Amino acid sequence: MDIALFHSLWTVLVLILFVGIVVWAYGGSRREDFEEAARIPLADDEAGIAAETDRRPDAENAHG
Amino acid sequence: MTATAAETYNDRVVRQFAVMTIVWAIVGMAVGVLIAAQLVWPALNFDIPWLTYSRLRPLHTNAVIFAFGGSALFATSYYVVQRTSHVRLFSDGLAAFTFWGWQLVIVLAAITLPLGITSSKEYAELEWPIDILITIVWVAYAIVFFGTLARRRVRHIYVANWFYASYILTIAILHVVNNIEIPVSLWKSYSVYAGVQDAMVQWWYGHNAVGFFLTAGFLGMMYYFIPKQAQRPVYSYRLSIVHFWSLIFTYIWAGPHHLHYTALPEWTQSLGMVMSLILLAPSWGGMINGIMTLSGAWHKLRTDPVLRFLIVAVSFYGMSTFEGPMMSIKTVNALSHYTDWTIGHVHSGALGWVAMISLGAMYYLIPRLFGRAIYSVHLIEIHFWTSTIGIVLYIASMWAAGVMEGLMWRAVNDDGTLSYSFIEVVEATHPFYLVRLLGGLLFLGGTLIMAWNLWRTVAGAKPAEAAVVPLPALAH
Repeated sequence: MDIALFHSLWTVLVLILFVGIVVWAYGGSRREDFEEAARIPLADDEAGIAAETDRRPDAENAHG
Repeated sequence: MTATAAETYNDRVVRQFAVMTIVWAIVGMAVGVLIAAQLVWPALNFDIPWLTYSRLRPLHTNAVIFAFGGSALFATSYYVVQRTSHVRLFSDGLAAFTFWGWQLVIVLAAITLPLGITSSKEYAELEWPIDILITIVWVAYAIVFFGTLARRRVRHIYVANWFYASYILTIAILHVVNNIEIPVSLWKSYSVYAGVQDAMVQWWYGHNAVGFFLTAGFLGMMYYFIPKQAQRPVYSYRLSIVHFWSLIFTYIWAGPHHLHYTALPEWTQSLGMVMSLILLAPSWGGMINGIMTLSGAWHKLRTDPVLRFLIVAVSFYGMSTFEGPMMSIKTVNALSHYTDWTIGHVHSGALGWVAMISLGAMYYLIPRLFGRAIYSVHLIEIHFWTSTIGIVLYIASMWAAGVMEGLMWRAVNDDGTLSYSFIEVVEATHPFYLVRLLGGLLFLGGTLIMAWNLWRTVAGAKPAEAAVVPLPALAH
């Protein structure tokens, strides 16, 4: 197989792979799975210290 | 894997890396400011060999990329993989080894580079004994990360972990292949590659260090910390899957754009250019996914400066991933290559994207890791604006300087001789270098404000109580 044919076949293969990934990702049957996956980071809320809370002595919500 | 009820996350190693992220940010940026000043006032090297620009420049790049950026990636990847897998890190001992090993690599770099010990490969200057140490630490890192994923209690591997995984795997391959070298003494080796093959391997490494170390790893941060800080799931999880696969497939081919108009075969240059142009699509897909996560909650940007760090970082990511493909077009590259435009482009990515998202992630992490609320939100605001103005001054001055240099270098008189001597172009860049120094100083100043704010936050604090792994979670 000469190099030009190899490159051509590789290009076609990669294109098919890409289209396959898009079809797989946007396939209707996986919608709910992906919505659940998207919530993974939010499912783990530690009794966190909100970074927004200002604790300078002169701040309104001062506590220390 | 049976778990005891008392299983906790290993936040100790995350805390260690997070603290060192701030330390190395200051060191790396300070060296950057010094060499920027040397370009304005060359006498600032004081005629001391180890203070010369040629030795400090690789120290600056290694410190900001591998010490600052690397520590941020270690800290966040260890944090994110535990929190999204609901399991403790695979091995506490190996994790501790990666921390101390990585710090040793950084210290060795900080000693050898000013001494002039270098393999002279850009972003891979460290000599062979340090290369071997990096390889060992990196293998340990991979074992900890993939071992943790293997033990996960959440069925799905969250997208941030895919990006972290690709960065860990690819950097291992890049580092080993590019640093195959023959030692001739303890501190001197020669690459096994020669000529144009050496150049191509080097920039296959160099551009994928950008693509996988400085992009994929930090996209992992984007996919975790933006949803966390905004308290909303990512805009489109499906887009994130297409984003991931198309980005890693495309990046690996883009290296030749560093070698336009060289001895590299013409077809390889054109391939590199075309793949770099295609790269715009996955890059912008990712940017849109990050920014649109705020869709319907834009008001949070007004009140939450940490979120603003993260979102502005992604905006700079979009800007520099538009600029990059444009600069890879051969006719544009004919003007931009070897000029300060390249330096401007790199820093719009490095300061705007990598540093801003890392610092935003540290504002999220460090108060939580020490169980204390941030000392001052107002100081985060000041930091944000100081750094943002610094970036704008930096990149605007380098654009102007770069375009001017490109035009002056190519200007010819009617008889075909060059219109300007090289030193005339150097003189003309002087005011731009001054503005760049000011921009760098502002960015460093912002980081110092952050360090002080975080110091006041954690001073006297004991590390937060070990967080308990939630059980049972989104179980099998």
